[in-house]
Amino acid sequence: MSERARLGVRKTYKLFIGGAFPRSESGRSYVVNDAKGRFLANASRASRKDVRDAVAAARKASGGWAARTPYNRGQILYRVAEMLEGRRAQFADELRAAGAGKNAAASEVDEAIDRWVWYAGWADKLGAVAGSANPVSGPFFNFSTPEPTGVVGIVAPDSPLLGLVSVVAPAIVSGNAAVVVASEPAPLPAVTLAEVLATSDLPGGVVNLLTGRRGELAPWLASHMDVDAIDLAGASPDAVRELEEAAAGNLKRVLRPSRQDWSAEPGTARMTAFLETKTVWHPVGV
Amino acid sequence: MRGPRLGDAGVVATETRTSAGELRAFLHGLPGVDQVGADERAARLATRSIKTSAKAEAIDLAISMVDLTTLEGADTPGKVRALCAKGVRPDPADPGVPKVAAICVYPDLAGVAAEAVRGTGVGVASVATAFPSGRAPLEAKLADTRAAVAAGATEIDMVIDRGAFLAGDYLKVHEEIVATRQACGDAHLKVIFETGELATYDNVRRASWLAMRAGADFIKTSTGKVAPAATLPVTLVMLEAVRDFRDATGRQVGVKPAGGIRTTKDAIRYLVLVNETAGPDWLTPRWFRLGASSLLNDLLMQRRKLATGVYSGPDHFTKD
Repeated sequence: MSERARLGVRKTYKLFIGGAFPRSESGRSYVVNDAKGRFLANASRASRKDVRDAVAAARKASGGWAARTPYNRGQILYRVAEMLEGRRAQFADELRAAGAGKNAAASEVDEAIDRWVWYAGWADKLGAVAGSANPVSGPFFNFSTPEPTGVVGIVAPDSPLLGLVSVVAPAIVSGNAAVVVASEPAPLPAVTLAEVLATSDLPGGVVNLLTGRRGELAPWLASHMDVDAIDLAGASPDAVRELEEAAAGNLKRVLRPSRQDWSAEPGTARMTAFLETKTVWHPVGV
Repeated sequence: MRGPRLGDAGVVATETRTSAGELRAFLHGLPGVDQVGADERAARLATRSIKTSAKAEAIDLAISMVDLTTLEGADTPGKVRALCAKGVRPDPADPGVPKVAAICVYPDLAGVAAEAVRGTGVGVASVATAFPSGRAPLEAKLADTRAAVAAGATEIDMVIDRGAFLAGDYLKVHEEIVATRQACGDAHLKVIFETGELATYDNVRRASWLAMRAGADFIKTSTGKVAPAATLPVTLVMLEAVRDFRDATGRQVGVKPAGGIRTTKDAIRYLVLVNETAGPDWLTPRWFRLGASSLLNDLLMQRRKLATGVYSGPDHFTKD
């Protein structure tokens, strides 16, 4: 058989809402270039209505996800890490296209997977570490347990994989559902991460991922009355004030952006930022 | 597109002596419904884009057309009173929100609802005639109806005997509607077809004409207990029927889709359908109703989004 030139089958990079991969309802897309300015792909450019749909999907999924046992959530997140492992080469290619060197890309993928596993392990330990038995003056057993906040909006940082993993995993490990606005210049690893999430037992809607203009999407997420918390990790410094003001409309928990070295030891701060505390007074004795 | 017309309007006799043979001949003489065409027409109208001020107006109109419904075995007087309060003032934070058209309950709770909405202009609709199956002796159905009217219901939602209809016993269905009409007294009679059980659009058209001839004030798609409930094409067929019936007889009959209408988008699609099929004469709560429960909250959420500019959430509205 003679050699014939084969036409490549190219991937359409779409949004991830409620476990499905729709295009933006607006039909818009934007050009994603590699680090050298060459064309890489067209990514969906989500609109405010995609934000609305994503929030509705997250709200629908949050109850069931929060009701799962922490052990089960840990298992599912670990499964995500397994799926990530199987796509190391693909992620490394995408990071290289986004400008990382060969070795840097490979090690960032490894770090991202390790980070995910690290957070997965926290699922069934968070209650013990963030909860407490409180000494009180009276015949009560008084204890506090951490509960998920609900729907968390995340403006993801520009670090396209490690940064993304480092903000998504801590939000969902405790039982929150997330609506994530991916890095604007490098959204492709985020869409690939969504494909991993879609194939790893994570219930549809727990993570919803939008690509597009941060400046357009973040205000709708910040002002949405059905979003309970917002992580501004990737918001531009001059937009933060306005986003915080919008978030005050329904007293969202706000995690401000800080200078962050994503490869450093993460600590528990990002997990505990999206927790509520439930305290129970249980009568004892007598 | 105009729907199929009746060749000879003089054929239509309303509320007069009807024989089984004449009724059957009339109903089977109705032109058939082009199912593909009806589906296509409804789907195309559903793509109309209604935005900004038109949308605001449509939302308020839709709220005023809602028959706020609770038809659960677990309904309590307290729940019905809460629903009535919500119907009278759907959004306590905004007095500009119109009242709903009516509260729709089971007959034993019609009295509670009538008491709760007294003097507000909100109607009380009660389902009757062994809702939702309609499987009871005629005397029981009529007693059901009289009890609801006596308790203060201003509108009666009756179900037809689908078994008799599908078996071809149109006269029995006709006589039941006539008898219920009499038992209603001054109350408005809405006739529920349960279109999900009628199988074809031809049957929906026949049931529409049958009910209108028997004296229905409204024709209603479904009980909400059977899937599929209200759909756009079925409502299209019914709207064509009321339009043609008014052309033929001069009497206007209302339409009420019920069941499965949950979002503002759905509601606006129905309004577009009404305007394009029956015409703007039907675009009032007097002639068009939406039987729904969760729809109202979505309408309120959309209304607040238009008013405040930010998306609202279900936490900010009462559940019932």
